[in-house]
Amino acid sequence: MTYGPSAGAKLATTPAHGHDDAPYQPVFTGAARDELETLCARYPSRQAALLPALWMIQEARGWVSDGAVEEVAQVLGVSAAHVRGVLTFYTMYHQHPVGKHFIQVCTTTPCNLCGAEDVVNAFLRHTGCGELGVTSDDGRFTVIEVECLGACGFATPVMINSRFLESVTPDAVPDVLEECD
Amino acid sequence: MGYPHPRHPRETPVLSEHFGDPAARTLAGWKARGGYQALEQALAMDPVAVQNVVKDSGLRGRGGAGFPAGIKWSFMKPDGKPHYLCCNGDESEPGTFKDREIMRWTPHALVEGVATAMHAIYAETGYIYIRGEFTEPLEAVTAAVREAYAAGILGANAMGTGRRLDIHVHKGAGAYICGEETALMNSLEGKRGNPRIKPPFPAVAGLFGKPTTINNVETLTAAAHVVRRGAEWYKAMGRPDNPKSTGTKLFSVCGNVARPGNYEVTLGFPFKDFLWELCGGAPDGRRIKAVIPGGSSVPILTAEECEAVFMDYEGMAAAGTLLGSGGVIVFDDTADMPRQIARLARFYAHESCAQCSQCREGTAWTTRILERICRGEGSFEDLDTLLEIGEQMSGKTICVLSDSCATPVASGLRKFRHEFEAKIGKKQGKAFVPSAYPTGLTPAAAGSAP
Repeated sequence: MTYGPSAGAKLATTPAHGHDDAPYQPVFTGAARDELETLCARYPSRQAALLPALWMIQEARGWVSDGAVEEVAQVLGVSAAHVRGVLTFYTMYHQHPVGKHFIQVCTTTPCNLCGAEDVVNAFLRHTGCGELGVTSDDGRFTVIEVECLGACGFATPVMINSRFLESVTPDAVPDVLEECD
Repeated sequence: MGYPHPRHPRETPVLSEHFGDPAARTLAGWKARGGYQALEQALAMDPVAVQNVVKDSGLRGRGGAGFPAGIKWSFMKPDGKPHYLCCNGDESEPGTFKDREIMRWTPHALVEGVATAMHAIYAETGYIYIRGEFTEPLEAVTAAVREAYAAGILGANAMGTGRRLDIHVHKGAGAYICGEETALMNSLEGKRGNPRIKPPFPAVAGLFGKPTTINNVETLTAAAHVVRRGAEWYKAMGRPDNPKSTGTKLFSVCGNVARPGNYEVTLGFPFKDFLWELCGGAPDGRRIKAVIPGGSSVPILTAEECEAVFMDYEGMAAAGTLLGSGGVIVFDDTADMPRQIARLARFYAHESCAQCSQCREGTAWTTRILERICRGEGSFEDLDTLLEIGEQMSGKTICVLSDSCATPVASGLRKFRHEFEAKIGKKQGKAFVPSAYPTGLTPAAAGSAP
């Protein structure tokens, strides 16, 4: 479950994440545009490349801003409202900047039975985030609970950005964080 | 091999034969293990003949519904329209993690299965939809597809037969509902993953409005084995007195169990032997209290009920539950059933696509009531309300997510009512204070609920 930050919680607003007042810089230029066109050719409609296009934006910028929504809408020839509808449906797209290391801990029933909530609490404590969905003061970490990661026999699975870790225990959390640069 | 535990002698490894063996991941390694013979054989056959072999084998859909795979394929006729094959690799049913292992250890087995099915249903294009969280399977399958293109197995002249076979990998972005077949198609089309009203069924108007077949990862992988080794070989596996469930099935085992992981057994295997002999029962000498045998959406069994069950479609149905996706979730005597069932309900409330009122409201209310019972703020009336809501949530919506939430709640409430009542106890009669949804189960989460 991806919880949003509570009212008044601090969001990371560092320019590194592109969340500043500078004009939006397009992602789909040069090689990235070519890559998108290659993806579009796989489907009979350009709209079908929407999920891949949003992934490309997120990989380039760390999150999907309003400017990115407009850009995706324009390059794929769909409305911005449609893009926003899709963006908000899928939980893996970030609609606001997140920490450099985005930590997702599975707490659905099978993992919950094996103590996943202790793993969540260990991450909250050791990252200094304190609260789910809130980015740490240094902008490095955001911790969320996530619904079933599909690795129930390896409780507790944890995703840090695209790194997938199996069988994480509360004791292992400091070492896991050590590996985050 | 066997993964993550050594193979048990009573397993029948067909799909899982090379789990844990990194050498099987590459094209050269897969070919050295007999790979792509099935596809070569299939491409030399008439598509109807391929459909018939799979039909004769009795192979049924391994994603959960158990629809006969060969019959599904036979709905696809050569009508001159573009046909599509969708491979459902969105595996997201809590308790299920078998497709993940197929994709990350034997990605070529899947590519071969997909290509074989494409030939059988007159399709030139196939999409393998893999959930976004599966980073390792995504990498493995993408690499396998690339290798298969480079070797001429896929492309405009697949295996030199003049047949065009294009396969693309499509990455999901986090939505349980996209494992529902029509939601997956909408997602592939660049839309919200809302299930569609059926009819029309996918074989008539599926992906991009064209005739489409959608199969689970395990089904497609098994189909390639069936083509290579024949229907008789496959049919011979299973309970002799039950010809409706044939072949082997991967079961994922998790929760409070000594040896979690994937096990492959012939359908009809005794559930008692499976739980206690293969999986080692509950950990640390504890006792098993309950088991959800087919992924989180099916009715819960008590430990006693598990003892006389056969692990096939009919055996599970006879015990009042379902084989489902084969995700076995074990609860031992330390498990707090109301709390775990509340957690499950919260999963469904989070994953509802919110199209149908019964589901959107029903999953949310079920969660709120269960969580209030767990906080000691429930009343005895709440238990009846839960069952009543569950009834309103069943059989009334576009897809079965709503029913999937109601099912474990109703069966859990029926079989472990005393645990719910114990939580209500003396608190009965206390005024109900509505809480903000969603409320977290961890103290930290409770503080951050919006």
